[in-house]
Amino acid sequence: MSGQSTYEPKTAFTRWLDSRLPILRLTNDTMTTFPTPRNLNAWYSFGAILTFCLGVQIVTGIVLAMHFVPNAGLAFDSVENGIMRDVNYGWLMRYMHATGASMFFLAVYIHMFRGLYYGSYKAPREVLWILGVLIYLLMMATAFFGYVLPWGQMSFWAATVITSLFSSIDQILPHVGTAITYWLWGDFAVGDATLNRFFSLHYLLPFVIAAVVGLHIWALHVPGNNNPLGIDVKGPQDTLPFHPYYTVKDAFFLSLFVILFAGLLFFAPNLFNNPDNYTPANPLVTPPDIVPEWYLLPYYAMLRSVPQKLIGVLVLAAAILTLFFIPWLDSSKVRSCRFRPVMRLVFWVFAADCLMLGYLGAQTADATRTIMGAEVPLVWFARGGTLFYFAFFWILMPVLGRIEATRPLPDSIARPVLGRGAPLAAPAE
Amino acid sequence: MRLVLSLGFALALAVPVTALAATGDARAPKDVHWSFEGPFGHYDRAELQRGFQVYKEVCSACHSLGRVAFHDLITPSEDPSSGIGFSEAQAKAIAASYKLPADPNEKGETVDASGNPLTRPGILADHFPSPFPNEEAARTANSGALPPDLSLIVKAREGGPQYVYSIVTGFHEKPPAGFKVLANKYFNPYFATWNIGMPPPLSDGQVNYSDGTKNSVDQEAHDVVTFLSWASEPKMEERKRVGFGVMAFLILLSVLLFLTYRRVWHGEH
Repeated sequence: MSGQSTYEPKTAFTRWLDSRLPILRLTNDTMTTFPTPRNLNAWYSFGAILTFCLGVQIVTGIVLAMHFVPNAGLAFDSVENGIMRDVNYGWLMRYMHATGASMFFLAVYIHMFRGLYYGSYKAPREVLWILGVLIYLLMMATAFFGYVLPWGQMSFWAATVITSLFSSIDQILPHVGTAITYWLWGDFAVGDATLNRFFSLHYLLPFVIAAVVGLHIWALHVPGNNNPLGIDVKGPQDTLPFHPYYTVKDAFFLSLFVILFAGLLFFAPNLFNNPDNYTPANPLVTPPDIVPEWYLLPYYAMLRSVPQKLIGVLVLAAAILTLFFIPWLDSSKVRSCRFRPVMRLVFWVFAADCLMLGYLGAQTADATRTIMGAEVPLVWFARGGTLFYFAFFWILMPVLGRIEATRPLPDSIARPVLGRGAPLAAPAE
Repeated sequence: MRLVLSLGFALALAVPVTALAATGDARAPKDVHWSFEGPFGHYDRAELQRGFQVYKEVCSACHSLGRVAFHDLITPSEDPSSGIGFSEAQAKAIAASYKLPADPNEKGETVDASGNPLTRPGILADHFPSPFPNEEAARTANSGALPPDLSLIVKAREGGPQYVYSIVTGFHEKPPAGFKVLANKYFNPYFATWNIGMPPPLSDGQVNYSDGTKNSVDQEAHDVVTFLSWASEPKMEERKRVGFGVMAFLILLSVLLFLTYRRVWHGEH
């Protein structure tokens, strides 16, 4: 796929530059002539969309940092008086940054589920997938630090709850967990020191993300894109140059995505915002329900489904770390769910499971529902959902790949064959 | 296995939702409508001024509005979507009617001859002063309860303007038999626990509107909640205006990109 450069410097200057810093060659080979499977659908535009999201967060974040004051006594005022009222278009920067975080996670979840559905983590793309999971982890950390900065009630109590998870280590190593928690706080409680370091890390991590995104794109360009058929590119007839075919396709779907983004930003900017975060942080008043942002709710449901704190924390960590092992958990020789009828069904059950866990994470810890006359605590659904989450990766993925009867794969991307009446290889759109 | 999975799937989606109304569970807010609702909504400037009058004559006895500056009230002729419709001269007069703590005078004194702290009239750059010098004074004057600052109250409560309206108008109901209203508390079924520290703030005829609007409790509440919604989100109209421009641009851009996409991909599908 890659390796062979088709770049020909045409002027004296580009020949001179090419023998010193072949940056135009790199741009040409990765963004212009790069051979891309001709059958990529809209779901493959989320790579470009995510790059856009990262850019928006960094640009708006840098402007917000010019007006934000990382001090426990001033942070809330600097956001609510300064940025939201006094700074010209400060409301735009702030709402774009807050809505942008939600859009970023929406896009990353679609991107990840797309990878799961088409088997994009399978050889030779394991490193590509692992770098992606690393970016996702860094995004969660960055989002958590960022959520703390406005120093509202939910900021403060989310910081307290999440950092206190480390104190559960006390149950096996007495005092060590508490010591780690104090070290994270920089104090004996969440306070000014915590806010300051979270601000520093919140500014640092996006640039780490940008660096790992660079590696992610590099790791993409060695094996090339997977595609909805999940079969390898056999030759030039299967590909199109990235430009103009995918630049224009990505631009169109990005534009649709930005319409949704702008719709939320301008007409429902507080849709994802907890009202409690418009009350300044108060260490003496605990809000009745402490809930994380929507994109972390499934993990929150898993954490709360275990009555024992340390085990809950371990379940939470295992749920995220499991994602790193997916390339080796899936034993199937076939990548795409288009040719895996059982896996396709299980995939959608898994997606529904994640949505259900997200819903449960937003309910109060002791919530119940009356089902067929019996009052059932919702935590039992969270337990079932958590078990299915792990069973999907650690049981269904390894087993299904061995026993599932897959449908016949087409010969090539350019000339797919139809097997037994199944809609195997729909054209790209 | 397929059956088990389908069952699990069906169960996951079929969680029935029921609401239990136990004693002390806040009642759902009243369904009230506002001029600023929806993508096309904007603040009614006459209502904002009436609401400001209610805040000034009633709420400000206990509640601060510390994030709103006097200059925020001005609606400049070139920007009719900011402020609450006052001219600069009107806002200056409102500011001057408030007394704020003054800096030490040229002799370095901080109190006058009778020992009272020096004050000065407010100016446009000042924010609305708090009715109490500190939290303890506020609690002492209100039987231990702290009247919250109102600058962000509409955004800081689940249910927003409907909730605030319901609280302000939600008195005058008899508590259910067996429910105990605590000492120095008032019964309000829209408030969590139903025991609220705020006495019924509004009554019919409490304020006299100069524009002849009927001064019923419902009207006063509707007006003051409109004003407080503006105080929480003063840039709402600017936001929606920019939003329409951005959406129009994006839709046009998307159409052009789609046509370009069709053209570029012609014959390659």
